[in-house]
Amino acid sequence: MMWTSYDTWIVVVGALSAMACALLGSFLVLRRMSMMGDAISHTVLPGIAVAYILTQSRESWPMFIGACIVGVLTVFLVESVHKLSDLDEGASMGVIFTSLFAVGLILIRQAADYVDLDPGCVLYGAVEYAPIDTVEMFGRDDIPRAAAVSGAFFLINLTFISVFFKELKLLSFDQNFAVSLGLNTKFLHYSMMTLMAATVVSAFETVGSILVIAMLIVPGACASLLTRRLKPLLILSVIFAIFSAVGGHFLAIYIPVKFDIPDTSSASMMGAMAGLLFLVVALFAPGEGVLSRMAHKTFLSLGILRDDILGFLYRCKELDPEGKLSPSTGQLKSALNENSFSLWIAIQGLKMKGAIATAGEGLTLTEAGAHRAQNLVRSHRLWETYLVEKMGLAPDHVHNTAEQLEHITTRDMRDQLAQITANQSEDPHHSAIPPEEGNG
Amino acid sequence: MTIRNLFKKPAFFLAILGFVLLASPVFASELGESIFKLPEWDDLLRVLSLRDYNTRVVVIGTTLLGVASGFVGTFLLLRKRALLSDAISHATLPGICLAFLLLILMGGNGKNFVVLLLGAAVTGTLGMLAVLGISNYTRLKNDTALAVILSVFFAIGIALVGIVSRLPQGNAAGLETYIYGKTASMLMGDAILITVTTAMVSLICLVLFKEFALLCFDQNFASATGWPVPFLDLLMMVLIVVVTVIGLQAVGLILVVALLIIPPAAARFWSDDLRVVFAASGTIGGLSGLLGCTVSALMENLPAGAVIVLAATFFFVLSLCFGLERGLLVRLKKRQELERRVGRQNLLRAIYELKEKMSDKTSPVPVSQVVAKRSWKEKAVMRLYRQAARIHLITKTPDNSFVLTEEGEKRAARIVRNHRLWEMYLITHADIAPNHVDRDADMIEHILDEELISELERLVQLKDDKQNGSPPPSPHEDLSFNERAALS
Repeated sequence: MMWTSYDTWIVVVGALSAMACALLGSFLVLRRMSMMGDAISHTVLPGIAVAYILTQSRESWPMFIGACIVGVLTVFLVESVHKLSDLDEGASMGVIFTSLFAVGLILIRQAADYVDLDPGCVLYGAVEYAPIDTVEMFGRDDIPRAAAVSGAFFLINLTFISVFFKELKLLSFDQNFAVSLGLNTKFLHYSMMTLMAATVVSAFETVGSILVIAMLIVPGACASLLTRRLKPLLILSVIFAIFSAVGGHFLAIYIPVKFDIPDTSSASMMGAMAGLLFLVVALFAPGEGVLSRMAHKTFLSLGILRDDILGFLYRCKELDPEGKLSPSTGQLKSALNENSFSLWIAIQGLKMKGAIATAGEGLTLTEAGAHRAQNLVRSHRLWETYLVEKMGLAPDHVHNTAEQLEHITTRDMRDQLAQITANQSEDPHHSAIPPEEGNG
Repeated sequence: MTIRNLFKKPAFFLAILGFVLLASPVFASELGESIFKLPEWDDLLRVLSLRDYNTRVVVIGTTLLGVASGFVGTFLLLRKRALLSDAISHATLPGICLAFLLLILMGGNGKNFVVLLLGAAVTGTLGMLAVLGISNYTRLKNDTALAVILSVFFAIGIALVGIVSRLPQGNAAGLETYIYGKTASMLMGDAILITVTTAMVSLICLVLFKEFALLCFDQNFASATGWPVPFLDLLMMVLIVVVTVIGLQAVGLILVVALLIIPPAAARFWSDDLRVVFAASGTIGGLSGLLGCTVSALMENLPAGAVIVLAATFFFVLSLCFGLERGLLVRLKKRQELERRVGRQNLLRAIYELKEKMSDKTSPVPVSQVVAKRSWKEKAVMRLYRQAARIHLITKTPDNSFVLTEEGEKRAARIVRNHRLWEMYLITHADIAPNHVDRDADMIEHILDEELISELERLVQLKDDKQNGSPPPSPHEDLSFNERAALS
């Protein structure tokens, strides 16, 4: 299938509405009100239906205004029910939006006799048809009306956020503080909600009422996993929005072809693409993703295991100064209580660093390894001494603490510990504290 | 904002009123003329007596569904996971489509609804686990996790619907019914499935009632006492998935959420006892199903799913206003009663204290003095007087002065005594300056109970005749008390 200017316009329309949504959606994510987006996007249905019935036409403006009014009414009703009853916010939202949606369905069914209104179109949207309906702008006559509308909303939202940036930041991160500073949070809240209802209505003509939630929330959610700063977050969310629109349409027209099916709806693939991006970010975001944290943890525990091997070899050497007995991997395994795989990785790592060498059946420390090991054991025993002498712990209670601290003790700390414990030569268990060796 | 302020705002009552208006289908009938045809008496009788085979199946199916969803929804609501049902129901769509595709690939026509529902259950569970996973393992909060999973799963579902509908042998029309429901065309097979499943779900809820209740109220305690919390939690959520999937058939995937949330939310207004809430929630759910089905069967052109939801909303608004435990009316009444009692007691104390200062202790107290004492408005004082006069505490002389009756005298003395006890306590034990204690005592005098009073008497070492004697002198006017307090 060929990429045509038609496809470009679809992507442009999708990207613009996704960008307009993402800007406001990021604030929803930060304000923990994501589901309000869901509620509004469901309840615009009755607003549209009422507008259709009242005007008996498919004019955009009445529909748009009706949907906005019901959207803001939803926010108001949810908050009222939440305050008037002891129900939590989620439940009040559930009560309100499902009720209003039911009203919408009934109205649409009633209107079906004399107005052609397909709930399916409201629900899924049809970005594919957007390029057909064009307006003349900037000397061109092939600009889709949807692109103009979405672009306008992107600019409106961008202006709103730039003008009220400081206030919105305050509102998102510390609402009570904002109130105490005398900020009119109610005004800000409701203007944001109005704008959101308007944006959702403008977007869901193209992407549908439920997929618009994907455009609202998912880019903001991705961005908030990558940064904690507001400005980069907003920029990232817009970038994610663009990616999901472009990637979504690409997937929609290329993937089904592989299975001998012409294509599938682009709007839904844009939502799916956003989900894919979210999955990648949630797994691999540095410092935040599930897998990257797991990897970090694995590296850390491998480092500790390497240290433990060195310490064990050093203590063996202490007991057997001639080095006749070099412990085998099996002995290490039972002594350190580790699984063979991570032990193998750790030993390979140490060999690569040149810290240990194979000696016959077993392992032995090289000179460099011996230095590192000696400092480790020194740290361990210094800590034991310190904990017993200065902290008043019982000698048989300090080993585990010292075992943890030895891995993060630097040369300076060791010097200081030695100084505090008056340079004793033996730890509380009467093992010699080795001297400092090399440069750590 | 406190409830107190809310009740003063007529806007909130207007909002509720508006909600009722909007939520009632009557609204719709006003918009388009003659949309609803009122049923003939014969039709009414036919539907109500369940004479029709089709009506019977539908009514029984939706009623049972309402009961079961009311039951499990209670736990969902108490765990503050109400919207999880929304995510689950949207997440079922890709499962339905995948099952459909699978059936077609295996040569069927994709109309085996048991397989479709199994597919729905699989992705519904997956979505539920994904929501819990995202909120547990990433920085993102619960609401974002819900919105992400809901929209992404639904998007994938719609994409699959698109693929199915473009298949040469595909007929996606059957799939649409799962989004909007197809209550009216429910078949015997559907009804049997609903009956069996809801019976099972209800049974599990009843058998594990104690465990689920514990999980809702104190999860940590449950795990500390050795209950298998993760297993119970998963079981509870799987029950939600099951009810959602079954509900897809009847009311569609968006409105099944309503059946899980609205009945328990309504039931919550009737009691604080979980057993009552549980039963009430089931009842409201069942009634909504019954009422909604009946109405939509009687009137033409009303989608049954939506009417069922609106029936539930009707019960919700009813409960919100008239619920016996937390309803607005009850709370308003309680508030009013408290306000009246406080006002009456303030009036009694004001009269008593003015009387104390007079040379003749039995002479009436002029209204003007009472009005001046607490910066009251005269109208408010007269209103309080009328209330107090109704229960024979105060009478009024012709020259516009108050006289306490014997009962009024007794009560006034007790309130004055409570007030001064607290003042003494604040001066001697809380180190508050004597001229600052009046206001604090003013607020607490109305709610002191017997136990607290005897504790206060012990603390400030007050030994007077409680029954007949007059209260001790006011500590911020009695200099000797202040001196004693300073010495101790």
